Amino acid sequence: MTMHPLTRVLLGLACILVGLWLVAPTLVVVPMSFNENKSLAFPPQGFSWQWYQNFATNPEWSTSFFNSLKVATVVAILATVLGTLAAFGLDRMRARPAGLLRMLLLTPMVVPGVVLAIGIYAVYLDARLVGTMTGFVLAHTILALPFVLIAVQASLEVFDKRLETAAASLGAGRIATFRTVTLPLIAPGILSGLLFAFVTSFDEIIVSLFITSPYMKTLPVQIFTSITRDADPTVAAVGTILLCATTILIGGGLLLLGRDRRSSL
Amino acid sequence: MSETGKQRGAAIDLSAVSKAYGSFRALDDISLHVEPGEFMTLLGPSGSGKTTTLNVIAGFTEVTSGSLQVGGRSVVGVPAHKRNIGVVFQHYALFPHMTVGRNVAYPLSLRGIAKTEREARVKRALDMVRMADFAHRYPSELSGGQQQRVALARAIVFDPPLLLMDEPLGALDKKLREWLQLEIKRIHRELGTTFVYVTHDQEEALVLSDRIAVFNRGKIEQVGTGRDLYDAPATLFVGRFIGDSTVLRGQSRGDGSSTALDIAGETVTAPHKHAGGSPPVMLLRPEKLAIRRPGLDRRDGDNRLSGTISEAIYLGSGSKYEVRLRDGSTAIVRSTLTDESFAIGDAVDLCFRGEDAKLLADDSTADTSLT
Repeated sequence: MTMHPLTRVLLGLACILVGLWLVAPTLVVVPMSFNENKSLAFPPQGFSWQWYQNFATNPEWSTSFFNSLKVATVVAILATVLGTLAAFGLDRMRARPAGLLRMLLLTPMVVPGVVLAIGIYAVYLDARLVGTMTGFVLAHTILALPFVLIAVQASLEVFDKRLETAAASLGAGRIATFRTVTLPLIAPGILSGLLFAFVTSFDEIIVSLFITSPYMKTLPVQIFTSITRDADPTVAAVGTILLCATTILIGGGLLLLGRDRRSSL
Repeated sequence: MSETGKQRGAAIDLSAVSKAYGSFRALDDISLHVEPGEFMTLLGPSGSGKTTTLNVIAGFTEVTSGSLQVGGRSVVGVPAHKRNIGVVFQHYALFPHMTVGRNVAYPLSLRGIAKTEREARVKRALDMVRMADFAHRYPSELSGGQQQRVALARAIVFDPPLLLMDEPLGALDKKLREWLQLEIKRIHRELGTTFVYVTHDQEEALVLSDRIAVFNRGKIEQVGTGRDLYDAPATLFVGRFIGDSTVLRGQSRGDGSSTALDIAGETVTAPHKHAGGSPPVMLLRPEKLAIRRPGLDRRDGDNRLSGTISEAIYLGSGSKYEVRLRDGSTAIVRSTLTDESFAIGDAVDLCFRGEDAKLLADDSTADTSLT
């Protein structure tokens, strides 16, 4: 296709503008984290690592960080197992009931977070789950499940079920077939579901704010309370660390997916 | 089942097997015996039940009623992975995440065979299909024909007494198909395994098989060698499905020893008696019909029909003609090069001997299922 040079330039400019608009708010955080003064002013003044030091040494920050890490890890595993099983069940069901069940399982994605949070909070008050690890894990698993379901379902759709028949003819029982044929072939989907579940839990804030307690805070809750209390640039330092970590995680996941797709085609 | 030392194939016995999907009977009271080491082809149009029969033997589909024995043991209710039957699929079904070598080793790993023996058997199987140089490639790097040869190696590497093939060459082009047919024949000879082969291609069935079972609408119409089916079709459907044929229909008259058909004013007779309820038709093979200039008083056989050439096809070794008869039906005639040649529009006479005509019941279903 040929394109007028001017069109090409305009298109390029538009893309750059949209791109900037999308990433600028995120990138503003990075310079702020090196601010010398205890303020969130932009542009920042001077250069210092003190906010990173504060994040590492202040127990308030490190505890909430490890809380988030623990919750997200358990949620990722739980949601991946449940979501994968659900995707399999729906895949092998008749179309109509499967469609209804699928919609039901995806509701946490559609329902406004605040509504969900109120509901969960009400139930947790009775069940004494507010401010507990179990409470966080259960709530976040509900939120993460749809991501796993979607990712695994997508890879099951392209999975050739006739390979399972072939495996059976070669002597593989159901479990052996799953382990040696189905699982390796849908692994990219499961893995990306796992990553999404982890990230969903790790940066969840709405429900977390409702069910948190002074004794059990996750990192996003800590960031929120810190920024509403005073202008602590540690928030920016944490933001920068998270930015780098998620970029590496998701980027790696995408690379993995891409490589797998190429070798299987 | 008594098996001699050399015979490694399993016999198959299907007895009164039916398979229903709701009110649709995919298989309607099928009985079939396959000898150990035999090459049996299940032939028929799509939806005739041949693939369902294969799936029933493989264990992918459970029968609704009837009994099924492989190697003398009933396998009804035995899951596919415990039947020890090799299967080759039309779509190859190689595992894309494994190399050719690991694909072929797969059934051996499942059976807990030690590494050194496994490697030796993988190599032997790949040698047999002439794919030994490709062990480290992935299926995606192979052509369709190569993939199907690997699939074949994978299905025979664990020495199953029975190998099922479901239109294995259906996705390949004609040249490759013809070559692989000969390869499959060779492998069958070398292994001595029982082969059951599904195809809708009657030429392929004739090339490969010891015997052919012709399927139509969930039933077996006839089982026999290719020669049996061509020379003595039991039904009109079989006669039309195997090879080219001309079907003559007309007003029938019969006495004790012969049957005559009145076709648009011309009468042909065959010296057989027609048994059965529905009216008889005559089926003639192209080489049993002689094509002559009209009016020539040269008798080739005792029957004569007049018509017009409607299509002339030069085949190299001879010619094939389609002749429109007076009643509007079409006859197919093959002639050798030494015969006279004709052009479209020529008026001709068709001559044949009454004993070459097969009298068959007019089975109107044969027309609708052949399109």
